[in-house]
Amino acid sequence: MAKAKITFEDIHQTVNVPAGTRIIEISEKIGAGVIYGCREGDCGTCMMEVTEGWNNLTEPSVLEEKVLRENMAGRHNRLACQAQILGDCKVKPA
Amino acid sequence: MADTPLNVSTWKEAVEFAPGVHWIGALDPTLRTFDIILRTANGTTYNSYLVRGSEGVAIIDTVKEGFEDEFFHRLESVARYDEIKVIVLNHLEPDHSGALPELMRRAPQARLYISTRATTMLKALLRPNREEPFEYTTVTTNDRVSLGDRHLRFLHTPFLHWPDTQCTYLEEQQVLFSGDVFGCHYCDSRLFNDRVGDFRFSFDYYYAHIMRPFKQWVMEALALIEPLKMKIVAPTHGPILRERPRRYVAHYRELSTSSLSRELGDTDKSLIIFYMSSYGNTARMAEAIYSGADTVEGVRVSLYDLEGGEIDPFVDLIEEADALLFGSPTINGDAVKPVWDLLSSLAVVNLKGKIGAAFGSYGWSGEAVRMVEDRMRGLKMRVPREGIRVKLIPTQEELDECTGFGREIANILVGKEVQRGVIEFSDLT
Repeated sequence: MAKAKITFEDIHQTVNVPAGTRIIEISEKIGAGVIYGCREGDCGTCMMEVTEGWNNLTEPSVLEEKVLRENMAGRHNRLACQAQILGDCKVKPA
Repeated sequence: MADTPLNVSTWKEAVEFAPGVHWIGALDPTLRTFDIILRTANGTTYNSYLVRGSEGVAIIDTVKEGFEDEFFHRLESVARYDEIKVIVLNHLEPDHSGALPELMRRAPQARLYISTRATTMLKALLRPNREEPFEYTTVTTNDRVSLGDRHLRFLHTPFLHWPDTQCTYLEEQQVLFSGDVFGCHYCDSRLFNDRVGDFRFSFDYYYAHIMRPFKQWVMEALALIEPLKMKIVAPTHGPILRERPRRYVAHYRELSTSSLSRELGDTDKSLIIFYMSSYGNTARMAEAIYSGADTVEGVRVSLYDLEGGEIDPFVDLIEEADALLFGSPTINGDAVKPVWDLLSSLAVVNLKGKIGAAFGSYGWSGEAVRMVEDRMRGLKMRVPREGIRVKLIPTQEELDECTGFGREIANILVGKEVQRGVIEFSDLT
């Protein structure tokens, strides 16, 4: 299975994960600072900033795009409960 | 106007409080519990306002469902429906949007203005009543709507106390229609802060239960509000603030400013350990964690036995703390009630991003620690390390582990997190 490295910059922690893993499946387990509300892409609580490897995450859905817009997200913000890891990337809480 | 006797409960007429600016709201004097969580000793008001300009009329907020008759009666006393050009909802909660569907039906030419974050809420709130959603315009800070010789300017003030909230400023008359901000559940037909009874306790109570979890958003809103010239602040509940309205704005700033940060200085972090203990085992763990955390410079550590305290002062402490550790024994497969009592009393404060950890002694299954950790995550806290569980009486080795745990959490708090190298996903529990 393809692997990828995700680094949570706020705690300087890197995790080696199978491609396709959602960030929500990892961040809480290692105690990263991304926090969650609804956990289904609606509330925007888990907005994070992708500092490297923007293209190594799955494309945001139409719904995620809408939630990001409503929460005045920056260019490199994503929802941690939605984004799946395809390749190496670095993230931190927005 | 101040000398005119008012008895709006029987008059059912609009009350003009600035030229062309009318209160057209409703009184709810028999209400004793608002929205499940708030008590009120004399009811509340649902304040709605009408502004007349040379080129049309604006309605700002409506009333709760069930109070439409009073609202429409007052509206009709000063305007025709075909004159209404603008409808503003500063906040979509049902106590302010209850009359909106009927108002839109009676004034179909009017344009609805809501904040950028209100769109999904509008659809969800009105879905049961309409087949077609309303047309609307979303607005944000400094967007303006003209009524000819009058202009409404919008201020984007989200999370006070819903994501959608905004304020609307009538420029020419310097009236701020503030939504729930500066409001309170207080019903007095004399309407104005210089005429009603002593409502200070209601004002503070409302802030404590509605605005307190959103203090940082209050501060951002105040940055927009304070520079305004303000003759009147007109909230959606309680008295209209026309006598020295800036006192209430200043009071909001005071209520939203952290007291402990002044006490501790800018650098020290506050770490608080709460525990309950049946046989002294969890207490010994707490003391060991305390001794470890206390060795870390820049951290002020506090240790409290929940058995000896009341909930409310602990909630105040928690609001100002940076890290919270909860120790609970496991009894019948659960954390103990005083721990849950405290953890279920925190809806009035913002815990987002605070560091949390749990520990406890147990007899045979030890579920409490994981349950408390899950609760802390649910409260949007960060739980950076798995908590410590000890079977019955802790050994010296286990107490040393507790000391190390306290030191590690305190180090995380001051940004000295120990690096763990690359972790394999399959190793995460």
